[in-house]
Amino acid sequence: MARITAGVGCSHVPAIGVAMDSGITEQPYWEPVFEGFEKSREWMKDQKADVIFLVYNDHCTVFDASCIPTFALGCAAEFAPADEGWGPRPVPVVKNHQKLASHIAQSLILDEFDITIMNEMEVDHGLTVPMSVMFGDKGPDDKWPVLVVPLCVNVVQYPAPTGNRCYNLGKAVRRAVESFDEDLNVVIFGTGGMSHQLQYKRAGLINKEWDTDFLNRLTTDPVSLSQMPHVEYLREAGSEGVEMVMWHVMRGALDDDVTEVHRHYHVPASNTAVGHIILENKTS
Amino acid sequence: MGMDKDYEDIPGTFVFDADRGREGYHLNQFCISLRLQENRDTFNTNEESYLDAYPMTAEQRAAVLNREWNRLLELGGNIYYTSKLAANDGINFQDLAGIMTGMGREAYRDMMLHGGRSPEGNRYQSEWDKKEND
Repeated sequence: MARITAGVGCSHVPAIGVAMDSGITEQPYWEPVFEGFEKSREWMKDQKADVIFLVYNDHCTVFDASCIPTFALGCAAEFAPADEGWGPRPVPVVKNHQKLASHIAQSLILDEFDITIMNEMEVDHGLTVPMSVMFGDKGPDDKWPVLVVPLCVNVVQYPAPTGNRCYNLGKAVRRAVESFDEDLNVVIFGTGGMSHQLQYKRAGLINKEWDTDFLNRLTTDPVSLSQMPHVEYLREAGSEGVEMVMWHVMRGALDDDVTEVHRHYHVPASNTAVGHIILENKTS
Repeated sequence: MGMDKDYEDIPGTFVFDADRGREGYHLNQFCISLRLQENRDTFNTNEESYLDAYPMTAEQRAAVLNREWNRLLELGGNIYYTSKLAANDGINFQDLAGIMTGMGREAYRDMMLHGGRSPEGNRYQSEWDKKEND
C-alpha cells in the first residue's frame, strides 16, 4: 500500500532559484537562507521517498487568465520547466508517477473534490524551487531522485480555495494515496509564502510574529488554523501571503498528531519571508 | 446582492478579484504573452503594432507604453502579469517593488534587509489616512 509519511512546508521564492542557478548561494545575503536547508537535504535523503505530492501555485506562467482551475492535478508523464520571462530554469524535467496521479485524480473526484486533470503542463518556480532547496543543485541533464505528482492551486485570482477546503482536500489526498496498491513512500509538500506582498504601495510587508504563530499552530492546532478567513492572510501576511492556504493541504494529509523535526525562518529573500517546516507522522 | 469586499480597507494593496480580473483581462493577456522569447522579440521590435492585437483600453495601453507600473495595477493588472513586462525590461521583482513603493531600489532593498515593512500602522487605510493628515 502507498502511504504518506511526512510533510514539508516550504517557500518557493523565485530569487532562491536564481541564486542557486547562478551559483551565489554562499554570498552573505543568501548564506543564511540556504543554511537552514542543509538539515532538510540530509533528512530528505534519509526518507528514501519514492514520490513527492507537491502542492504549489502557478504564477501566471502556464495558466493565463483564459482558464483558471482552482485545483489542477498534473497527470502527464513529465513536466518541463517553463520560461517565465527570463528563460526556463536549468533544472531537470520533472517525472510523474503517472499511474498514481491518475488514481488520485479518480479517487478525488469520486470523493467529491472536482479537480481539473492536466495531461499537458509545464511547471514554474512554484514547483521547481522547493525541489531545488530539498534535493540540491541539479542540472538539466541530471535527474530528480523522486517522482512528482503536482497539484497546482489557484491563489492569484481571488478567492483562493479556503483553508478549510485545502485541509479537507489533504485528507482526501491521503485516502487516495492509501488506496493505491503499490508500496510507495510518499512525502507531501505544501509550498508558498510566508508573509510577502509584491505589489503596489504596501510592497515589502513582512509579519514575523504572524508567520511564527502560523508555524506553531500548523503543528499543534491545524484545524483551527485552517478556519482563518482570507482577509486575515491578505491584511496580516500581505496580498501574496494568501499562498499559505496551500500548506493546509499538506497538513490535512498528515496524522492529527505530528512531530516537528525541523524549522527554518529567515527574512529576507528578495521581497519575502522564507519559512520552512518538516513534520513527520508519529505512526510511520 | 454583491459580495462583501472585506479586503478593500487594506492600504496600498489591490486584491485581484473578479471585478479586477474582468477589467484587466486583455492587459494581463498581453503581459503573459511576453513570457515567451519569440513574443518578446516581436514586442521589442515594434511595441505599438504588437499591442494592436490586444483590445485593451486607451489608458491601459498608455500605461504599458509609458511603463507606469502602479497605474497598470490600478487599471486591473495583476503583479504576476505585469512582472512579465518588467522582466522583459530587465527589472526583477525587488526592483519593481522599489519603483511601485516610490522608495527606489536601494532604500527598498535596505528595508527588506532590516526585516521588511512592519504590519504596524499598515493594516487599515484609516491608519494611512491618519498619517497623511498628521
